Amino acid sequence: MAAAMPLALLVLLLLGPGGWCLAEPPRDSLREELVITPLPSGDVAATFQFRTRWDSELQREGVWINLGRSSVMSSQGSSAPLSTSSTPPTQSLPLPPSNPWVWPMTLTTTFCAMLCCRGRWSAPKTSPPGRSSCPVVPRASLISFHLLQAGLSVLLKADRLFHTSYHSQAVHIRPVCRNARCTSISWELRQTLSVVFDAFITGQGKKDWSLFRMFSRTLTEPCPLASESRVYVDITTYNQDNETLEVHPPPTTTYQDVILGTRKTYAIYDLLDTAMINNSRNLNIQLKWKRPPENEAPPVPFLHAQRYVSGYGLQKGELSTLLYNTHPYRAFPVLLLDTVPWYLRLYVHTLTITSKGKENKPSYIHYQPAQDRLQPHLLEMLIQLPANSVTKVSIQFERALLKWTEYTPDPNHGFYVSPSVLSALVPSMVAAKPVDWEESPLFNSLFPVSDGSNYFVRLYTEPLLVNLPTPDFSMPYNVICLTCTVVAVCYGSFYNLLTRTFHIEEPRTGGLAKRLANLIRRARGVPPL
Amino acid sequence: MGLLSDPVRRRALARLVLRLNAPLCVLSYVAGIAWFLALVFPPLTQRTYMSENAMGSTMVEEQFAGGDRARAFARDFAAHRKKSGALPVAWLERTMRSVGLEVYTQSFSRKLPFPDETHERYMVSGTNVYGILRAPRAASTESLVLTVPCGSDSTNSQAVGLLLALAAHFRGQIYWAKDIVFLVTEHDLLGTEAWLEAYHDVNVTGMQSSPLQGRAGAIQAAVALELSSDVVTSLDVAVEGLNGQLPNLDLLNLFQTFCQKGGLLCTLQGKLQPEDWTSLDGPLQGLQTLLLMVLRQASGRPHGSHGLFLRYRVEALTLRGINSFRQYKYDLVAVGKALEGMFRKLNHLLERLHQSFFLYLLPGLSRFVSIGLYMPAVGFLLLVLGLKALELWMQLHEAGMGLEEPGGAPGPSVPLPPSQGVGLASLVAPLLISQAMGLALYVLPVLGQHVATQHFPVAEAEAVVLTLLAIYAAGLALPHNTHRTQAPDRGWMALKLVALIYLALQLGCIALTNFSLGFLLATTMVPTAALAKPHGPRTLYAALLVLTSPAATLLGSLFLWRELQEAPLSLAEGWQLFLAALAQGVLEHHTYGALLFPLLSLGLYPCWLLFWNVLFWK
Repeated sequence: MAAAMPLALLVLLLLGPGGWCLAEPPRDSLREELVITPLPSGDVAATFQFRTRWDSELQREGVWINLGRSSVMSSQGSSAPLSTSSTPPTQSLPLPPSNPWVWPMTLTTTFCAMLCCRGRWSAPKTSPPGRSSCPVVPRASLISFHLLQAGLSVLLKADRLFHTSYHSQAVHIRPVCRNARCTSISWELRQTLSVVFDAFITGQGKKDWSLFRMFSRTLTEPCPLASESRVYVDITTYNQDNETLEVHPPPTTTYQDVILGTRKTYAIYDLLDTAMINNSRNLNIQLKWKRPPENEAPPVPFLHAQRYVSGYGLQKGELSTLLYNTHPYRAFPVLLLDTVPWYLRLYVHTLTITSKGKENKPSYIHYQPAQDRLQPHLLEMLIQLPANSVTKVSIQFERALLKWTEYTPDPNHGFYVSPSVLSALVPSMVAAKPVDWEESPLFNSLFPVSDGSNYFVRLYTEPLLVNLPTPDFSMPYNVICLTCTVVAVCYGSFYNLLTRTFHIEEPRTGGLAKRLANLIRRARGVPPL
Repeated sequence: MGLLSDPVRRRALARLVLRLNAPLCVLSYVAGIAWFLALVFPPLTQRTYMSENAMGSTMVEEQFAGGDRARAFARDFAAHRKKSGALPVAWLERTMRSVGLEVYTQSFSRKLPFPDETHERYMVSGTNVYGILRAPRAASTESLVLTVPCGSDSTNSQAVGLLLALAAHFRGQIYWAKDIVFLVTEHDLLGTEAWLEAYHDVNVTGMQSSPLQGRAGAIQAAVALELSSDVVTSLDVAVEGLNGQLPNLDLLNLFQTFCQKGGLLCTLQGKLQPEDWTSLDGPLQGLQTLLLMVLRQASGRPHGSHGLFLRYRVEALTLRGINSFRQYKYDLVAVGKALEGMFRKLNHLLERLHQSFFLYLLPGLSRFVSIGLYMPAVGFLLLVLGLKALELWMQLHEAGMGLEEPGGAPGPSVPLPPSQGVGLASLVAPLLISQAMGLALYVLPVLGQHVATQHFPVAEAEAVVLTLLAIYAAGLALPHNTHRTQAPDRGWMALKLVALIYLALQLGCIALTNFSLGFLLATTMVPTAALAKPHGPRTLYAALLVLTSPAATLLGSLFLWRELQEAPLSLAEGWQLFLAALAQGVLEHHTYGALLFPLLSLGLYPCWLLFWNVLFWK
């Protein structure tokens, strides 16, 4: 399927002027929003999203999508969606990574160029997709950033964004139907950027924040081309009593929703609302804690996971994934997808899944073995996680010897194994709270299973770094020459010595006469002289 | 090789080997020892140099200034520790969290095979505390470790203080590309072993520990810190790890770079670096350091908690603050700056440390001897065994074939009665018996400690050591050759031939993995192994053989060790130390997986018994 994707994209870095919102063709629509979530630890998460909808037939023609200063050209269109992200997967932060589909590896470099990152694939070839797939660039370090300059993108100031403890960028492109019968298609481009500001470094331990303190900018004007331009601030209080935090200026409206199973309240600032900016020519949203929260760890999510390589030495190893279900009484299934490069030769018979000390049989396993240099292992299974348990999934592998040209230029760094992907319907916190039953309509008790009882999560575990047996590349030529010489010189002689016995042959004495005499003696049947 | 396939020349060569055997052996042995002594002289010892490009230029500016903070942390830590009598886990957790780390604990317990009298512990249970500084915007694939082992006594408080102050300083920086783990272990090395095993999810030594909640990817390098005073006069660096493993030389070079940069006084084996290598004094001082290193490496014990990291291919070393009576002292800021510099440099690493040497000897902090240069020393020593074996083989061979006399061999030429083949059957009994003795030596002391304590008025640890010695001595008294052969000479020659080859193979293998141990054993065992025979001055040979047995080598090494440290031992002290070392050797095998004890008891002791057997061949 990966190979069947005929979508090839080119990136051209256009040096001309133009900004994220200034260079939109008139037919397009642009919506932008910023969500700010103060985390209980004092850190602040900010998620930007720019969504461009573009009414054009991408399949027919080669077209340009303008992405700020970089442009993507689709030369061979197809209606398959695609997306990429450069995200260091981190378990401890409750942030959405990308949630994308399948896409070929040649795109990585393309998109990395677009995202100004330096990425590398962990596997030489991507795997065919299973039930879920994982297009996260495992090792992406960002290089630089050029953005410009109206609406929310004013806040994207590089030196502030890199003083953060978490950073994730993603691009998604997907077709959307223009009408109900889907006779024509528009394209939607979604660009997201999530950062988490470190309270320890930026706030000197204080938990109050403002836009200016975080970005060293304030919002001055809406993007003239944006049809929607909003800032959401999560003002949900973690404690029962309200009034622990205060936002300034006071929001015009608030918005409530159930996000990832918990009820959230957001203050909304609409930049298109002229009153919002005109008052003071700028908007600097501030948050103050009336009673600073305790320095507590963030609430543990119901599902989280950890992955590591166990064992030592360069011959064998074990991949272990720990799946935590912290829900007090509900079990739920998880779909676990592992794509392991071929040079880790998995022993599938060693696959063990244990929860609470007992073997846990997965209800579904799909395994596709690797082919050397062609495709990686694909292992997918559906595992039921018992309530309040840790499930350990482990599988042993042997480290393969690569051909010496197959090593990367930095072989001693190790080889990356891409994260496993967990997809699950997690019981939501809302449904777990009995309080809600009191407040909800009475008919809820007739149809107790509501939509809010579960929510979908896709988690990426950490990528792994595995060392393979690596030759000493500083002297292969010397070593090859030396060993070949030694073998060539010694082998023949030793083989001779070991396989033959040597006898001293008496030198032939006597000439013709003796030989004649012997001939005669032989004819007579007498031993020769 | 044409030389060997030509029968005439072969015969000539054989005659040469037979006739000149003794001088050749002596020459080879002397050459081996001389080569080793020559290692400290400049053409063989070279200046160290940084091979790793990523750590090459010193562009790091150290900014650590938390000396007061470190001292305050150290005082608090010491007070809490005194109050609770154990590692103040809760205080450590709180403090680490307050400086912004992600904190986890790990509890472990271990019942030692017998009470450890040196450290006064038997049933050990403790808790390790570690905090992870997550590198911003990285995916937790790589990490560095700074560890402080805390024993039962109240040392190392300053190290904990410095660790916390460094953590606070590091937390404020944004340049980290690798996670940094700050690890404080209880019961010093036992805690480190428990943590490492749990981190790599293996169980090598039967440690019971809770699984780790937080991990930080593949550990690239580790530094262990031991400081017990607010000021230090010098920093001593220890590199020798478990089973004689050494960290990559670049890590040591890195330390040395920052010693020089910060103007710190740094020592190796407690010895100062000689300045002048051209005259005789420098190399002689280097020889002391080198011998100390050889003795420490040969012991195969981890000299500091870094030694346990090496098994997992984590390059590691231990820095020890020494506070002596010297005038000039450095405070914690100087040490902290050196550590900060080292960690920032390690943070630059793109690959694991692999460019420089893994196998080396150090006659000084800035001098090293590479493996290519020191191996000939042990090669010459092993050649003696080869020559002796060749001689025996030829004598046996020629006697069996009855082809010709060994043409005028020097010395007392043994009249060999012609008989058919070598009686291999006669070798079975001695080989089996000596191996069985080795096995008993390995298994019985620990297994039979309870029986021993019931029947004799001794403690478990004493029982183990005494059983060890008893079995060792009993091995000498056993009748080995029950088999009566027609040709007694052929019997012992065959046995000695086997023993020589066995010894040469063992020493060769040991020297490849742990040169120091191989060399030390070769120096002592080779001459007597070559001499042993049931004729001539047997009592002299027997005395020599006993003096060079593995246990006597250990005793001698202890005396040499203290002599080189300029703290000579009296006989009684030496004996006490010897008994303690025996117990420690057995314990370290069981707790950390040190291989010296099984190696001696299952490999070299039986082999040595074979020579004993040769000597008393009837």
